[in-house]
Amino acid sequence: MSAGALLLWVVIPYVALTIFVVGHVWRYRRDQFMWTSRSTQMLESRWLRWGSTLFHYGTFLAIGGHVIGIAIPAAVPDAFGIDEEGYHLISVSAGTLAGVLVLAGFVILLYRRLRFPRVAATTTRTDLVAYGALTVALVTGVIATSGWNLFVSGYDYRETVAPWFRGIFLLDPNPELMTEPPLIYQIHALSAWLLYAVWPFTRLVHAWSFPIQYLGRPYILYRRRYAPARTGGG
Amino acid sequence: MHVKAQVGMVMNLDKCIGCHTCSVTCKQVWTNRHGAEYIWFNNVETKPGVGYPKRWEDQEEWQGGWELDRKGRLRLKAGGRLKKLLQIFWNPDLPEIDDYYEPWTYDYEKLTTAPLSEHDPVARPKSQLTGKDMSIKWGPNWDDDLAGAPEHALRDPDLEGLGEQVKLEYEQAFMFYLPRICEHCLNPSCVASCPSGAMYKREEDGIVLVDQEKCRGWRFCVSGCPYKKVYFNHNTGKAEKCTLCYPRIEAGQPTICSETCVGRLRYLGLVLYDADRVEEAASTPDEKDLLDAQLGVFLDPEDPEVRAQASRDGIPDDWIEAARRSPVHALALRYRVALPLHPEFRTLPMVWYVPPLSPVANAFEHAEPGDPDDVFPAIDALRIPVDYLANLLSAGDAEVIRGVLKRLAAMRSYMRRKEVGRRPDAGLAEAAGMEPADVEAMYRLLAIAKYEDRYVIPQAHTELAGRLMEQQGTCGLDFEGGPGNCGAVPASEPATNESFMLTDMAEGRMPAEAAANDEPDDQPLRLNIVEMLERGSRAAPEAEA
Ligand code: HEM
Ligand code: SF4
Ligand code: SF4
Repeated sequence: MSAGALLLWVVIPYVALTIFVVGHVWRYRRDQFMWTSRSTQMLESRWLRWGSTLFHYGTFLAIGGHVIGIAIPAAVPDAFGIDEEGYHLISVSAGTLAGVLVLAGFVILLYRRLRFPRVAATTTRTDLVAYGALTVALVTGVIATSGWNLFVSGYDYRETVAPWFRGIFLLDPNPELMTEPPLIYQIHALSAWLLYAVWPFTRLVHAWSFPIQYLGRPYILYRRRYAPARTGGG
Repeated sequence: MHVKAQVGMVMNLDKCIGCHTCSVTCKQVWTNRHGAEYIWFNNVETKPGVGYPKRWEDQEEWQGGWELDRKGRLRLKAGGRLKKLLQIFWNPDLPEIDDYYEPWTYDYEKLTTAPLSEHDPVARPKSQLTGKDMSIKWGPNWDDDLAGAPEHALRDPDLEGLGEQVKLEYEQAFMFYLPRICEHCLNPSCVASCPSGAMYKREEDGIVLVDQEKCRGWRFCVSGCPYKKVYFNHNTGKAEKCTLCYPRIEAGQPTICSETCVGRLRYLGLVLYDADRVEEAASTPDEKDLLDAQLGVFLDPEDPEVRAQASRDGIPDDWIEAARRSPVHALALRYRVALPLHPEFRTLPMVWYVPPLSPVANAFEHAEPGDPDDVFPAIDALRIPVDYLANLLSAGDAEVIRGVLKRLAAMRSYMRRKEVGRRPDAGLAEAAGMEPADVEAMYRLLAIAKYEDRYVIPQAHTELAGRLMEQQGTCGLDFEGGPGNCGAVPASEPATNESFMLTDMAEGRMPAEAAANDEPDDQPLRLNIVEMLERGSRAAPEAEA
C-alpha cells in the first residue's frame, strides 16, 4: 500500500471528519447568531420556488440512496432475494432520478444567484466555498451513478467503496479497497470529505436545525425574564 | 383563572397629524442598519391606502393570522405544523421586497466631488440591496396623504363592500392616518408559526420578541403575522420586529415612538388578563363578537378577587396598582372608546385605536342643547364612512363604531357647553350611556392628556432578576431577543451583522461569575467565524474600534 493511498483514503477522511465534528461544536457554541438558512426568498421568489424545492427534496432522496447503498452491506438485499442485477436496476434508476432532481434544482439555484443582483449581493465567500464543494460532489456523483452505468459499464461499488467507507467509521480503514474503483468514483469519494470539512463553516449548518420539534410543541410560547416572584405562600 | 399582565397601547387617531416622527425615531434607534433599511417597526399609513407592505390587510392573499376550521377550532390560516415543515424550502405566503419597497440612498458625495460644469451635479439613487443605480418605483409612504389615490387608494382592502359610499374626488375625499407597530398580541400567530420556537411572549409584560440566537431563518413568522410586523433582515438572515422598546419599558419609560409623538396621541398602560381564556376568546365563532370576547379576557383590577389572584400569580403589588391607573384599561374597558385593529385576524391584538371623528365640521356644536337626537344622527354624515372604520376596527360591525363615535361626540358637545359657560348637559352624557363624571375624566385623558396620565408604566422588578448581573458592562439593548442597536460601528464601514455581533460582549448565557468580573476584557468576546473566514483577521479589531 502506497503512502499516497494512505493519505487519500485514510488520512484525509479522518482529518475531514475531525474538522467536521470539532468545527460544528465550535461554531454551535460560538456563533448562534449566524446559524441560519439565510433565506433569500424575499429578494427573489419565483425561481427559488422550483430551485429550492427540487434541490432539497432531491438531496434527501440522494442522501437516502447513499445510506442504503453504502451503510447497508450487500448481504442484506441478497437475503431479501434481490440479486446484483435487480439491485443495480433499482439503484441506477432511483439514483438517476435523485441526481436529476438535485442537479436541476442546483442549476436553478446557481442561475438565480448569478442572474439576480439582489441575490448576488448577499453571496458571501463561505457561500462560494459551499457551492464549490457541492458542485464537485454533485457532478461527480451524477456521472458515477448515471453516466458511468448507462453509457460506460456498470460498476458495483458495493464491493469496494462501500466497505471502505464503513471501515472508516468502524475504525478499520482499508485503503487498498479504494485503489480499484474508476477515477470518477475516487473523485466523488474525495469530494465528500471536502464537503464535510467545509460544512461547519458555511450556511450548510442550517440542515441540522430542521425544526422537527415543531410537530409536538404548543403554539404559544412564553418565557420568563425574571425568576418567578416569591409570593405570599412560599 | 391565571392572571398575567400585558403592556398595551392605545393610539388616538383623531390627533395623528401624519408627521412620521414616530417612524423616524424608531428607525433611528432600532433599524438603522444594513439589512434593515426597508424595515419600519413603526410606520404611519394614510387611509384609505394600500399600506406597507401593499395590501397587508388582505389575508386571502397573505394567509396571516388564525381562522376557524369546520369544527370551529382555531388553526393557523396558512396551515398546520406538518404543512409548514413540508413547505419550509419555499414559503408560499412570503411577501417579496417589492411588496414593501426597494430601499435606496443617494450618492451624495457626487454633489461635492463633481467637477465644475454647466449643469448642477445630480445625486442619483442607489439601491441599498445591490448598491447599483436604480429607478425608484415605490417607497415608504408612497401614497402618503392620498398621493396617487385614484390609482392606489381603491386597492385598500378596507374599501371592500363600501361601493358607492366612497368617493375619491377631491371635494368628497376622506383621509386619516394609521400609525402601526407590532400588536404584541395575546394570541400571537407569529409565535405559533415559528418552527424553531425562537419567538416568545414574555410572561411579565406580554412583549413579543424574537430570540436572535434561536432564529434559524425559516421565515414563517413573517407570513404568519397578519399585521406583517415581523420583518426578515436579508443581511443577518433572521427575523426582527418591534420590541415595544422593552429596555425603556423595563425602566418605566414610554417607548420611543410614544415619547417622541408630536400629537401626544399614544397611551401606554397595563392590562390584566386571564391567560386561561385567551384561546377560547380567539375561537369565538362570530367575528363580530371577537371584540367583546377580548374585553371579556381582560380583568378588572378594581375587583378584589382579581387582585388577590394576580398577587398569587406573582404579579407585584405596584404592578397591580399601576393596572388600576392604566389609561389603556380606561379607554378600552371603562369608556369603551378604543378598539382593536382588525380583530377578525384572531390574534387578540394589544395596540388599540380611538377611531377618528374629524373633521366634524359643525355637526355637533350647533345642535340644540339637551337634544341628543340632534347630535347623534350627524355621525352617519361624517366624512369618514362608519363602514370603513368598521372594516378596520370592528370586523365590519358598524354599530360598534357608532357607539364609540357617539361617546366621543357626546364628550365634545358636553365639554363645549360646559366651557363656553352654558350649563353642562347631563342629558347628552346619559344619551351616550355615560355618567357626567366619566365624560369629564375621559376628556382629561383624551384632550388634556398629561404625560403622567398617558404613560403609566411600572418599572420591571429587578430584584426578581436572576440574570441582571450578566448584563453588566454590556450595551443594554443587545440581550436575548432584541436586535439591539448600540453596537458602535465605525462610520467608514457599512454596519454588517458581523461587526454588530462583535460588540455584543455578553455571551448569551454567560455565567454570572464571568460577568461579575471587574475586567470587561476578561469577558469572552463572541467572534463570528464566518466573518473571520471572509474578511480575514482585519475584521475583529476594526469592528471593535
Ligand atoms: C434538513 C433540512 C433542511 C432544511 C429544512 C433546509 C432549508 C433551507 C431553507 C429554508 C433555505 C433557504 C431558502 C431561501 O432562500 O428561502 C435553504 C437554502 C439552502 N440549502 Fe437547505 N435545508 C435543509 C438541508 C439542506 C442540505 C442537506 C443541503 C445540502 C447538502 C442544503 C443546501 C442548501 C443550500 C445550498 C441553500 C442555499 C440556496 C440558495 O439560496 O442558493 N440544505 N435550505
Ligand atoms: S402583531 Fe406582533 S405579536 Fe401580533 S402576530 Fe404580528 S408580530 Fe406577532
Ligand atoms: S415600541 Fe419601540 S420598537 Fe416598537 S415601534 Fe415603537 S419605537 Fe419602534
